[in-house]
Amino acid sequence: MGITFRKETFRDDFTFRNSPEHIRRFPFPFHEDAYMYAVNIEPHVVGPKGSVLENLIDVDEHYVAEMQDRALVLAEDPLRCQSLPHMTLAGWDLLELLMEQQALGYPEHFTLTRDGDRWRWINRPLGIDDTFTFGDTSTLPYGPMEYITRQSQGDFCILDQRDGNLWMDAGMVTTQADWSLDFDIGMNFFEWHAPVPLAHEKGIFTRALKFLTNIQQGKPARRLNWTMTINPRLDTSPENYHKWGPDRTTVTPENVGDKVHLRVELQSFWRLPRSNGIVFPIRCYLIKMDELVTQPKWARRLHRVIRDLPEELATYKGLTRYRPTLVEWLSKLDDGSATSPGFGPD
Amino acid sequence: MAAKSIISRPVYGTLSPQPGKHHLFIADAEGALAISDMAAKAPAGFFDGAEIDFIPGPDNKHVATLKALKPAQFHLAPSFASLLPRLKQTLGNAHMGLRLYLAGTEGLIGQAMQVALEAGIDHTSIQTEHRGSLARRMQCVHCKGITENVTTQPAACSHCGLLLLVRDHYSRRLAAFQGVCINAEDRSEIPPIEEAFP
Repeated sequence: MGITFRKETFRDDFTFRNSPEHIRRFPFPFHEDAYMYAVNIEPHVVGPKGSVLENLIDVDEHYVAEMQDRALVLAEDPLRCQSLPHMTLAGWDLLELLMEQQALGYPEHFTLTRDGDRWRWINRPLGIDDTFTFGDTSTLPYGPMEYITRQSQGDFCILDQRDGNLWMDAGMVTTQADWSLDFDIGMNFFEWHAPVPLAHEKGIFTRALKFLTNIQQGKPARRLNWTMTINPRLDTSPENYHKWGPDRTTVTPENVGDKVHLRVELQSFWRLPRSNGIVFPIRCYLIKMDELVTQPKWARRLHRVIRDLPEELATYKGLTRYRPTLVEWLSKLDDGSATSPGFGPD
Repeated sequence: MAAKSIISRPVYGTLSPQPGKHHLFIADAEGALAISDMAAKAPAGFFDGAEIDFIPGPDNKHVATLKALKPAQFHLAPSFASLLPRLKQTLGNAHMGLRLYLAGTEGLIGQAMQVALEAGIDHTSIQTEHRGSLARRMQCVHCKGITENVTTQPAACSHCGLLLLVRDHYSRRLAAFQGVCINAEDRSEIPPIEEAFP
């Protein structure tokens, strides 16, 4: 049985919703009742059926709508997709990875057939059927990275590895949590993470870089990150901060459940075979508070996490303005009873 | 010298004579003094293979000091923009072993380094020394326009007019600090504008 793709928007009238099945599979990021940075990287292996880890590249009911939103962002601001000149080979690596994974996980929606360098790619949800020559950019309507990431959920950063560091040298970034590819492109691992508070002092990035530069082909890794977003808006770029920032002033006790969304990034890290680069997909999952609190364990735990979050982190994640309203609302759903270990709902 | 803050913020050193025969100095205003201080430590004949490109400040100071070093080539430029074509050619034609020294304001160091990076010179091989004004070159993350010589915090974008927080986050590729709207969430909040980068 294929996925039923929702018709919905991530802007203007914000009709984005999760179906009950998608609420249950939401990648809730807190395994205990508190949160602090950690090098929470683990092998990216297939997880339980029905979870977001059932396939290593997840396609869900929001796929078509997300791809439409990406096209709108790119039409407004083409600088959200950039690739430095030495990164074309890595773009082909990424095209291969995403076509293979999507065809493997969702054969009813995607088909890849190869005859030497002649490849045929069928993407049924988006109505695409293209035949091209692998490695020959002139046979595709876009560069290889842009072509395939216009057909894949999540942001993608391609990192070049040299001098013992990773360099943000290409990317498709339209659903970012407030960082600018256009500003950060060409930076190394420490430089593009420079604005993150607390984590440098804890040695997080030094250890994370060591881990990432050692990732081997066929052995991807993953971690979760999170923030919050007002309204189910994918494009929370700094470029448009002056347009979406005012949303943060609109949270009231009456609309918390509908407006406030937990935004979880499933970040994975894959060694690319030809270029020796690393691709870093950042897959974004949104869930509104009304949907999240249908799972009582998540409601209790989120209340405790947000209430006790260190001030620097709350500021960095942009929660300051509406945190009291949110905590007050969540507190009514927290009877103080214990939460079971682990991420999943009870 | 500016205080160290976050990792993407450039850190500048003190010019020191590097081994080699060919030396290119780019400096503005007080940066001239970094060169003359370094000259005191340089071996005899050091400037025989040196070029100094100098952008004096409005008071035209320090020109004689630099000329007295008797570099093989001495070029006075009225602005960085006017120096750019010459600098591109010099770096484009440079042989391996050219040593590059940048001294003066952050804007000058950043823009000269940007040209050097485009010419394939590794940024860690470049000698830099910050002298003079702390004024910043800022890119507006919203409209992408560059505002030169920003001395206040916050500062208005000279292109789109938004009031921007001047961050320490710095891009070598753009030779600019990042400016992000400071009152994006509520435009009626107008924070005081203070002289922060004199």
